[in-house]
Amino acid sequence: MNDSQLAALREAAADGVTRDGLSATQDDSGYTFVTPEVSHDGLSEEEFDALATENPWFVSNWHYWRGASETNEAFLRWVEHASELGVRERYETLVNGLTREWGELLVTTTLGTDGERSYELRHTADATTAVAELDSYHDPREAREVSTLDEDGRYRPLKTAPTLREGWRFADLDGRDLVRTVEFFYPATVANWYREQAGELDVSHFRETAERQTGIYSVIDDLDVDSVENLAEACCVDSQCLKRREWDEDEETPLDAPRGDGEFPCREPCSLVVAAARQFAVLEGEETRTYEVELTPSERSQLTDLVDAVADGRVDEIREADVGDGANRYRARYLRAKRLADGEFESLREKN
Amino acid sequence: MPALVIVAHGSHLNPGSHDPTFTHADTVRAAGAFDEVREAFWKEEPSFREVLRTIESEEVYVVPLFVSEGYFTEEVIPRELRLEDWDVSLWDSDGTDADTATLTAADVDKTIHYCGPVGTHPAMSDVIVQRAESVTQNPDVGEGFGLAVVGHGTNRNENSAKAIEYHADRVREMDRFDEVNALFMDEEPEVDDVTDYFESEDVVVVPLFVADGYHTQEDIPEDMGLTDDYREGYETPTEVEGHHIWYAGAVGTEPLMADVLLERAADAGADVDEALDIVRKRTATPAAGD
Ligand code: SF4
Repeated sequence: MNDSQLAALREAAADGVTRDGLSATQDDSGYTFVTPEVSHDGLSEEEFDALATENPWFVSNWHYWRGASETNEAFLRWVEHASELGVRERYETLVNGLTREWGELLVTTTLGTDGERSYELRHTADATTAVAELDSYHDPREAREVSTLDEDGRYRPLKTAPTLREGWRFADLDGRDLVRTVEFFYPATVANWYREQAGELDVSHFRETAERQTGIYSVIDDLDVDSVENLAEACCVDSQCLKRREWDEDEETPLDAPRGDGEFPCREPCSLVVAAARQFAVLEGEETRTYEVELTPSERSQLTDLVDAVADGRVDEIREADVGDGANRYRARYLRAKRLADGEFESLREKN
Repeated sequence: MPALVIVAHGSHLNPGSHDPTFTHADTVRAAGAFDEVREAFWKEEPSFREVLRTIESEEVYVVPLFVSEGYFTEEVIPRELRLEDWDVSLWDSDGTDADTATLTAADVDKTIHYCGPVGTHPAMSDVIVQRAESVTQNPDVGEGFGLAVVGHGTNRNENSAKAIEYHADRVREMDRFDEVNALFMDEEPEVDDVTDYFESEDVVVVPLFVADGYHTQEDIPEDMGLTDDYREGYETPTEVEGHHIWYAGAVGTEPLMADVLLERAADAGADVDEALDIVRKRTATPAAGD
């Protein structure tokens, strides 16, 4: 606590102050000062100051939360577990830092000067990495660069894909800059999380999203509910996206695909999913046919290995010499050499 | 203080597509006229649908970083921002003179000033000229030079051609370049035949695109004969059929674009005079020899 925080509290007492167990008021009969442990009224200014000085955390804690926007306040209080920890317990723990995970972001809150707060942000996988090994950033806007490419230098069009690269930290952020940084990594997640907390998340389900589309995307309304199910399963589960899917086919028709355990909600199909849906809608326009193709049993199961390896993003992990894996490159090349000509199975026949 | 939201196309495939948007947003941020400046994208995040809820200010200026008036600015952006009672007649534009409309959005409690795109603002002509100065590294470029303004053709969007012609006309009226022509990718006069349309030996070619990408980096250089394969690069200028072609790349990467964003907000009533001064000083072409 510093003098200006105390002076601000004295001034605010006239209108009445309550925050995390602290309450302070002032009227003709003097000041009151109440915490979970003490309660005094009819205080002179000196007595009030003395009590405040004995309870500095309550004063600086009150001071810290003044002036934050509703959304930022809710998020920052969640970050420091304010609903579970009283002021005293929180301040004691904040000395060593309180943490929260937000997707792949690890937020650590510590005490700043005069009982305010300081925030650090890093990749959850870097939780125990030495600071010296991390690239240090301070400007929230730098999160745009950090989040553009993944570890292998590939573009990340979906900000909440679980592919954030590691090896960086944003240090000494104030509350506003923490939220800005988080929002550059995961845009609109704080705003939508707050709406959800307040019971006001405005979900737009798949069908209404499809009906809203124009131009090349209007075809996505042709997808039937089973295809929408497959779409959510393909794109929106936790292995692909860290948002928790709250949209369904429509209000009455939930989809079975796992929604995910993410902290922040997804309130409507995103542009990437809409673009994928367009491709699926075009492909689903075809009728099925029956084909006959000659394969050994191992070759048949190799086809499913190949599909699985691509779908699970495992292709790069399969070792050069691991010819036991059906999706191994030599195995795939052998199959192609044996069975395919001009990109088609040689023995393929369409059955009528 | 109000907020500025810059809405741009962005890309699912090209990581460089958002760079000019970020750069110009940062220039505007540094000029200090707005409490908050936020970028939003059709193909990236925050989406048009969700950007307004990330803003604290109650008054928001929305400026599309698009080159022409049409499908995106008239239909997609207002719909996705959920602007209530939007109607394109509010801009009262013939395709190149959209101004602003003050509206509310259905999902937030804010006043939204929805501005015309940067591409059809008169100040964009100055950016085209400045782009020519940048690529020739000559702040006085003009005499002895032709200038081509390049865009998509009408095949894609009727107003796209209008915006190109509008700026070609304006730059011609400046009487600075010996010749000024509008050229197109999908229709006559085609950019492929650039040398047929100019007598001047030196021709600056400025594509009216927001960001560099497939069209500006691969298509146009190959079509004009600067190179057979864009991956091999080309000289600036390149000699093509007796002309020196100074190919500028997307005009949208020119720092002065930040000025047009502010001009759009100013036209909608934002108090940005000081910021405009700052931005113009910072983004001016360095004098020769600097
Ligand atoms: S639609 Fe699916 S992929 Fe897109 S943000 Fe939501 S949960 Fe993630």
